Order: sequence, then structure tokens, then C-alpha cells
Amino acid sequence: MNPIPISAEQSPLLFLELLYKLRVRDVMARDLVTIRRDATMRELQRLMQARRVSGVPVVENGRLFGIVSIEDLLQALDAQRMDEPVANFMAANVVTIEDDMPLAIAISYFNKYEYRRFPVLNARGEAVGIVTARSINTRLLVELFRELARIENQYVLPLSENASCYFQTFRVARSDFENAGSAATEIKNVLQKRGLDPKLIRRVAIAAYELEMNLVVHSDGGTLTFRADEGEIQLIAKDQGPGIADVDLAMQEGWTTANDWVKSLGFGAGMGLPNAKRVSDEFHIASELGKGTTVTVRDVLPPRPLQKPPA
Amino acid sequence: MKLDRLLDIPGTECLLPAPAGAEVSGAFTSDLLSDVMAHAAENSLLITIQAHQNAIAVATLVGIRAILACSSRPIPADMLAAARKEGLGLYCTPLNQFDASVAVARLLADR
Repeated sequence: MNPIPISAEQSPLLFLELLYKLRVRDVMARDLVTIRRDATMRELQRLMQARRVSGVPVVENGRLFGIVSIEDLLQALDAQRMDEPVANFMAANVVTIEDDMPLAIAISYFNKYEYRRFPVLNARGEAVGIVTARSINTRLLVELFRELARIENQYVLPLSENASCYFQTFRVARSDFENAGSAATEIKNVLQKRGLDPKLIRRVAIAAYELEMNLVVHSDGGTLTFRADEGEIQLIAKDQGPGIADVDLAMQEGWTTANDWVKSLGFGAGMGLPNAKRVSDEFHIASELGKGTTVTVRDVLPPRPLQKPPA
Repeated sequence: MKLDRLLDIPGTECLLPAPAGAEVSGAFTSDLLSDVMAHAAENSLLITIQAHQNAIAVATLVGIRAILACSSRPIPADMLAAARKEGLGLYCTPLNQFDASVAVARLLADR
């Protein structure tokens, strides 16, 4: 049987990592609703109604004595024993979880036992929280969204990195001046690792930066795709709008549609596209108003010198 | 020119020293980052009024070693952090771009 009731083969790695990275203390509800052993079942009923909970750990001075659930309350109601103490109805053998166990173990408990909630004990044995399916789901969703956001903010899709071909797509958001230039910097680093000619690296870095800045300044967001193989380097900037009304005008040095605050940052001088073209062996731009723009630039790599055969 | 010679310019401060003994072979003055991108030479000093982190990205990409921010523009913390990460020197002067350029030109001629 699976230790966790989740398929390790089919779940994304990210999700499985979270299950082991997160601890019980990360997902437990901390505002613990508790009751004393000598409280009456009537008091329990009021407490459950007021706090909208269906199970209450019986705790005194941090020590856990048992747990009473809504089923116990129904039983007391049915038997008209609502004035009796909680101690008479609570389940004393409680399955607990320790706060530094991985979340994966907590999830497996829901499968192993028929309970819907597990009180959480710290290293000193004190009741510090409670784990329910709801507390786990909420926290997992938050963590998954956070991880997704982190991955999206980093560039996505590093498809392959081997000796002959490198391919990577960077997501670039509109007006994201905070991260502007990070794609171009990453591309430059990759080319430097490949040991290419510094002059060529500079040309590609300039083209990448100008295309990236165009996405930040002018587009509604898009992607910058970088591909390098033995023969050439290719950059493709693709956005979802708004498109360029007159491409010939846009290619003229000094012509710009940038607003004043973009200009105050030192951008929008109408040099981006001409600069990118100047440092490329091939330059192609296609744009449709309302649809978007795609710019493709290519730099051809010089053939590698033949390796001398060993003497 | 060794970068620490910039401190000979009256009022100029070093916010972040370039790696020890770092030198520049020239300087480029511009506030247009595309212009810097297109025309600045490698191993140079950038003299500019653009005191924000995008200037660091541009400088890194074209191989500029240090930035001299003019007119005592306040340097934001994220710019300083970016410069530290990229190993760039960061200097600040009360002089404007012209006067700073003249002062740096004298230092460059004086080596």
C-alpha cells in the first residue's frame, strides 16, 4: 500500500516535494478550541455552536486527555445526559500527530484511521493545534500557488541543456522594471559558459536586452525565447499585443511611443528595435494591430576550429 | 585608471567599491540606457543620472565596470544590492554629467 494515499508516479514532483517539505506545524490550525474534562456536554454543545467546530480536544494545562466529537454530543442528547461531564463521553485513546512530522505522514493518517481530525502535540507533549482535511487543503493550495508564482516569475520551460542545443523561454511581464534585464543576463551567462567569443556574446546580450525591454515597456506581456545550437543563436520575442501600427516607423531610430515616466528611466528613446537589428545577422519583425508582435533575430556562429589530432 | 581615483573628485563618494584594483580604460556619459547599450565600450565607467537598478542591468550586459551617479541622486537600496550582486563599483558625485565627465577625462589623461 502507498504510504500516502497519493500516487507518487503520477503526481508532479513539485507537489510531492511540498508534502515532505511542509511540516504538520505548517498546516495545523493553531487557534485550538479546547474544553476541560469537568465541563458538561451542554457547555460542549454551546462551544461547538459558537466556534463552529465538530470536534474538540479535551485539554487541561496543555495536556491532552481525549477528544469529543459531534457524534458523542448526539449520543448524549439522545440519552438525555447533557448535564454529565465531557469526561464520560470523550474518546480517551486519541491518535495524535507530532508537530515536526512531514505533511505526508499527516495525510497518511487520514487514510490509516477513520478520524477526521488529529490533535497535534509539540515535543513537550503539549496540545498546540489540530489537523483537519480543511486545514491541510487550505495551506497546500496557498503553498502550491506560491510555488507556481515563483516558477512563473523565473522563466519557464528550460527544455534542454546539452552540449549541442540549448533552449529556454523567459516570461516577461508588462511594466516589470524590477526584473527587466534578468532574461538577457541569464542568456549572457549561458553563452559565457559555452565559451563563445565575447564580442558575439555582447551582440546577443544587447539584442536580448532590447527585445526584453520592448516587452516590458510596450507589450501587454510576452515571452523571450532563446535557442542556441552549434550553428546559430536565435532570439524570438513574442507578445500578445497591442501590436505596432506602423512597423517601418517603429524601425526608425528616435521614433517612440513610450510615455514620460518610461523615458525618465532612460528607456523609450526609440533605439530598441534599431539597436537589436544592428547587432543581428538576421532580423525579422511581424506585427498586427490588436494581435501582437513577433521579433526574430539570428546570429550565425563562426565554424569551430578543427581540433588538432593528438600528436 | 584605477577606480578609487574617482575619490579625488571633490565630494565624490564610494557607495560600493569595485573589486580591489579594478581599472577602467575609458568612460561613457549618457542617460539613455539604449544609447549606453549601443555605444558604451567594455571596461568603461558609466557617468549617468540614471540612479536605478535598470542601469545596473545595462552596465552588466555591456561590460561596464562601475557607475558614477551624478548630481547627488539618491541611490535606492535595490540598485545597491544589484550592483553588489553583479560586482560593479558604485560612486556618487554632486557634479552634473558634464562636470563629472570633465573631471573623469582629466583623471584618465593623468595616468
